[in-house]
Amino acid sequence: MATLLRDRTAIPAKPSAVRESRRRLSRRTWLLLSAGVLWLLGYLFLHGTGTLALPASELTDLHRNLNHFNSWIAENRSGNPVFMYVLTPLRNLVGAIAGFFMAVFAASPTGQVIPVMGWLGTVAVLTWIAFAVGNVRVAALTAVVFTFFGFQGLFVDAAYTFALVVTAVLLTLLTGIPLGVLAGISNRVQRAITPILDFMQTMPSFVYLAPLALIFLIGPASAVIATVIYAAPPVIRLSAHGIRSIPENTREASDSLGTTGWQRLRTLQLPMARRTIVMGINQSTMAALSMVTIAALIAAPGLGQVVVVALQSLDVGTAVNSGLAIVLMAIVLDRVTTAASQRAEPGAAKTRKLHGRARIIVLGATLALVLGLVQLSRTALWAAVFPANLSVGPAITNGMSAASGWLQTNLYFLTHSFRESVTVGILNPFQSLLTDTPFYVLAVVIVIAGCAIGGWKLASVTAFCLAVIISLGLWNDAMVTLASTLLATVIVMLLGVVFGVAMGRSARIDQAMRPMLDAGQTMPAFVYLVPFLGLFGATRFTAIVAAIIYAAPVAIKITADGIAAISPTVVEAAVSSGSTPWQIISKVQLPMARKTLALAANQGLMYVLAMVVIGALVGAGGLGYDVVAGFVQSSVFGKGLAAGLAIVFLGILLDRITQAAAAAPIRKRIT
Amino acid sequence: MSKTAGLLIRSLPAAAAAVGALMLLTGCGAATVNQAAAAGPSKTDCGTVNVALNAWVGYTADAAVYDYVAKNKLGCTVVEKNLNEQISWQGFASGQVDVIMENWGHEDLAKQYITDQHVAVDAGPTGNVGHIGWYVPPWMAAKYPDITDGKNLNKYADMFKTSESAGKGQLLDGDPAFVTNDEALVKNLNLNYKVVFSGSEAALIQSFRTAEKNKTPLLGYFYDPQWFLSEVPLVKVNLPAWTPGCDADPEKVACDYPVYKLNKVLSKKFADSGSPAVKLAKAFHWTNADQNAVAKDIQGGMAPAAAAKKWVDAHQDAVKAWLN
Repeated sequence: MATLLRDRTAIPAKPSAVRESRRRLSRRTWLLLSAGVLWLLGYLFLHGTGTLALPASELTDLHRNLNHFNSWIAENRSGNPVFMYVLTPLRNLVGAIAGFFMAVFAASPTGQVIPVMGWLGTVAVLTWIAFAVGNVRVAALTAVVFTFFGFQGLFVDAAYTFALVVTAVLLTLLTGIPLGVLAGISNRVQRAITPILDFMQTMPSFVYLAPLALIFLIGPASAVIATVIYAAPPVIRLSAHGIRSIPENTREASDSLGTTGWQRLRTLQLPMARRTIVMGINQSTMAALSMVTIAALIAAPGLGQVVVVALQSLDVGTAVNSGLAIVLMAIVLDRVTTAASQRAEPGAAKTRKLHGRARIIVLGATLALVLGLVQLSRTALWAAVFPANLSVGPAITNGMSAASGWLQTNLYFLTHSFRESVTVGILNPFQSLLTDTPFYVLAVVIVIAGCAIGGWKLASVTAFCLAVIISLGLWNDAMVTLASTLLATVIVMLLGVVFGVAMGRSARIDQAMRPMLDAGQTMPAFVYLVPFLGLFGATRFTAIVAAIIYAAPVAIKITADGIAAISPTVVEAAVSSGSTPWQIISKVQLPMARKTLALAANQGLMYVLAMVVIGALVGAGGLGYDVVAGFVQSSVFGKGLAAGLAIVFLGILLDRITQAAAAAPIRKRIT
Repeated sequence: MSKTAGLLIRSLPAAAAAVGALMLLTGCGAATVNQAAAAGPSKTDCGTVNVALNAWVGYTADAAVYDYVAKNKLGCTVVEKNLNEQISWQGFASGQVDVIMENWGHEDLAKQYITDQHVAVDAGPTGNVGHIGWYVPPWMAAKYPDITDGKNLNKYADMFKTSESAGKGQLLDGDPAFVTNDEALVKNLNLNYKVVFSGSEAALIQSFRTAEKNKTPLLGYFYDPQWFLSEVPLVKVNLPAWTPGCDADPEKVACDYPVYKLNKVLSKKFADSGSPAVKLAKAFHWTNADQNAVAKDIQGGMAPAAAAKKWVDAHQDAVKAWLN
C-alpha cells in the first residue's frame, strides 16, 4: 500500500525505434555487459577499498548540522512566530478534531475509558453509515467486525484507531480533493504538484515520523498530520486523473454551450470524475489506516500500540490478536469505500433494489433504531463498555502463543537452518558484492546501466540520485538496503510470474486467488512483521521475508492482468500450430506481457523498499536502521533524517530505471 | 447534474443526521453512564496522570506499582502510554506525558528539557541503581576466565561470529532505543566486533537463555536491575573504567558505562498541579530487589496491575510512607 496507483503514462516508443531496434539492442546489451564486467573487475581487484563505510555511531558534518536543527527547533518552539502563529495553532486544531472523534468513539474527555457513544451505539451508527453509503452486505460486515473487536477485548483500541483514521481521512479529503481538482483543471498546478507527490509516495511512511514529531511534538495531533501527508497523494492523483480523463469532445460539447469554468466543473467534470475520486478516497483511507498503525511510535493510541508492545516483548499471541483486528478493520474500510464507489458508478441507480422514496423510508426507520441504540448505550453500562467476561481475546492470544511456541521449538532447526543457508549462501555474498565494491566503480556501473536502459536522460537522473546518496554520507548503508531490496524483488517477481501466469491462464485459479491477494493488499505493512518475527527472530532475513509477502500480491495481480489481457487469438494461433503449454507461456505469453512484467517489477520494488525500511524494527540493517535509530536516539537524529532522504533518492533511482525498462521498445526477435 | 445532485441529496441528510444526532446526544440526555462514572471515583482532586511506559520490564514494574497506588489509593485516572525512552521526553512539552518512572541518565535530554526549556522537573531517585554493560553467559566465564577482561575480547572474536556479523564477532544489543555507546566502544577500543541489534529486551533474554542452555557463545548488552540475572547469572565483561566526563562525546566514548542512579522525571505542568499523584511520584522509592520481584511476576505472565497489588499488599508500610 505504500506506493499506490499512479497515473503515469509509459513513454510511447518512437516509430523509428522499431527499425533501429536491432542496432540499439546490441548497443544496449553491449553496455550492460561491459557494466557487469566492470563491476566484477572492480569487486575482484579493488575489493574492500572505497566502500565509504560509516560506522553506526559516526556522523558526518551534515548529520551534525541536522542535529543542530533538532535543538534549534526545540529552542525556538515557544518564541518563533512560525511556530506561534502557524504550526502550534495547526497542531491544536488538528488535536481538537482528533480529540472530538476519540471522545465520541473511544474515551470521553472526562478521563474515563467510556466513550461518549458506547460500543453498541458506535456499532449501530457505523453500520447505518455503511448501509447509507454502501449496501446491506457491507453494513452487515461492519456490524459483525466491530462487534468482534469487542470479543477480542480490543474494542477501545480499535475505536481509537478508527477515530484517528476518520479524523485523518476527513482532513485528507478536505485538502486533497480541492488540490486534485485544481491539478485536474490547471496544467501549471499539475506540473508543480507531480514531483512533490512522487517524492511523498517514494518516502516510506516510517520516515515521516521523526521530523513531524520534532515539529508537532508527539501525540495524536502529529499522528494525524503524518497520516494526512501520507494518505493525501492517492486522492490528489486520482481526482486529477478523473478530471483529466474526461473525453475531449465531451468537454468541447459543453464549452460550445457556453458554460463558464465553474459551471463546467460543477455540471460536467466533477460528476464524470466522481467514480475515480471515490476510488481515490478508498486508496487514501487504506493508506491512512496503515499510517495510523505505525504512528503508534509517536504516541498515537490504538491497535498500533498493542502491536508495538507485542513486538517488543516477542509476544506473538497478542501481536496476532491485534494484527487480526487491524486486518479486519482494513477489510471493512476497503469494502465500504469500494461499495460507495460502485454506488457512485454511472448507471448504478438502475440496478438498485430500493428506489428513491422507499430507500429514504428505510434509511429513516433504521436511523430511528440507531438513535435508540445510541441512547441505550449512553445509559446502560453493558452497552457502553464491552462486557469483559465476553472477551475471547485471551483465548486467541494464548492459543496463538502456544502455537507459535510449538512452531519455534519444533521447527527451530528447520527455520534456523533455512534462514542461515539463505543468509550465508545468497544474501551475504550479494550484499558484499554491493558493499565491498568501491563506490566509484559501482556508481559508474549503475549509471552505465541507466544509460543502456533509458539513454542519457535516465543516466543523468541516476547519476544525480547516486551523487545525493554519496553526499549524504550513507553510501554503504544504502547498498545494504539495496541488496535486501533487490533480493526480495527477485523473489517477488518469481512469485509474480508463477502465480500471475497461472491466474492469467485459468479463470478458476484467478477466482480462487484474487480475494486472498486483495486481503493481502489491504493489510498495513506493520502487521506482516508479526508472524515472521516469531519464526525467524530479528534478522535481515525476517525483514526480507516480510517484504516478499507484502509485495507479492501487487506483482501477482499486475502480471495476471497482463497475461489475461493478451489477445486470445494469438494464443489460439499458437495452440493450433501445435505449441505445448510450456512453449505458449515461454514464447508467447511472457514475451508479450513484457511491459506488464516490468510494471509489476516496478511496483513490487517500491513495495519491497517500503517494507525493508520498516523491517529495521525487526533487524534489517542499512538505511532503515539509521532511520529507526535516528528516531529513537537524539544523538543520531540528523543521521536518521539523512537516511530518510537517501531512501527517497534510492527509491527514485529504482523507480525511474524500472519505469524506463517498462517503456523500452519490445524485443523483436523472440528467442 | 442530476447524478451529483442525487449523491448530494442521498449523502447530505445522512451525514447531517449522523452529526446532528451526535451533537444532540453529547449535549443532552439525562444522567449517562459516562457522567455517572466521571462523578464516581473522582471525588479526589487527582485527575488524570499520563505515565510513559518504556519497553523493559523493570520500568514496567516501577510504573505498575506507581499506577496501582495512584489509582487505588488516590483515585487518579492513570493513562499508560507505550513510548520509546527518548521519545517520552518529547511528550512533556505537548502534555502527552506527565511521568517517566525510570530514567537512565540522559544528561543531554535533562539539559534540554529541564534546564533549557523548563518543561520537566527531576522528581528524585527511584532508589534503584543501574548498571549497563557487556555480559557473557556463566558457562563462558567458567570456561574462559580471562574473557571478563575487555582487552581479551579480540582473542575470542572468531567464536562470536554469526551470519549477521559480517565476519567479525557479534555483540548483541537490544532495542536501538536503549541507552548504548556500543557502536562507538567497538570502534574506539579497536575491537573486531560488530553490533547487531536483537530489537528488544525480550529477544536479548531469549538469546542469553538459549546460549546458556545450549552452551553456545554469546556476548551481549545487558543491564541490572534485571530479574533475569537471578535466573541466569550473566557475567560482566570489564571495559576501561568510567571516569567523569569520559563519555561526554558520544562519538568518542572509550570507557565503560557509569553507575546510573535511576530517577523519575515529571512534566513541569503536572508537578505544579498540586495533584496528590505528584507527591506520590516524588516519594516513590524502593530497592533493586523490590523491582526484580515485581518484574519477575510480570514476566511470569501476571498482569502488571496484579503483580503490583501483590507487592503493595506485602509492603503496606512502605506504601504508607510514600503517601504521607
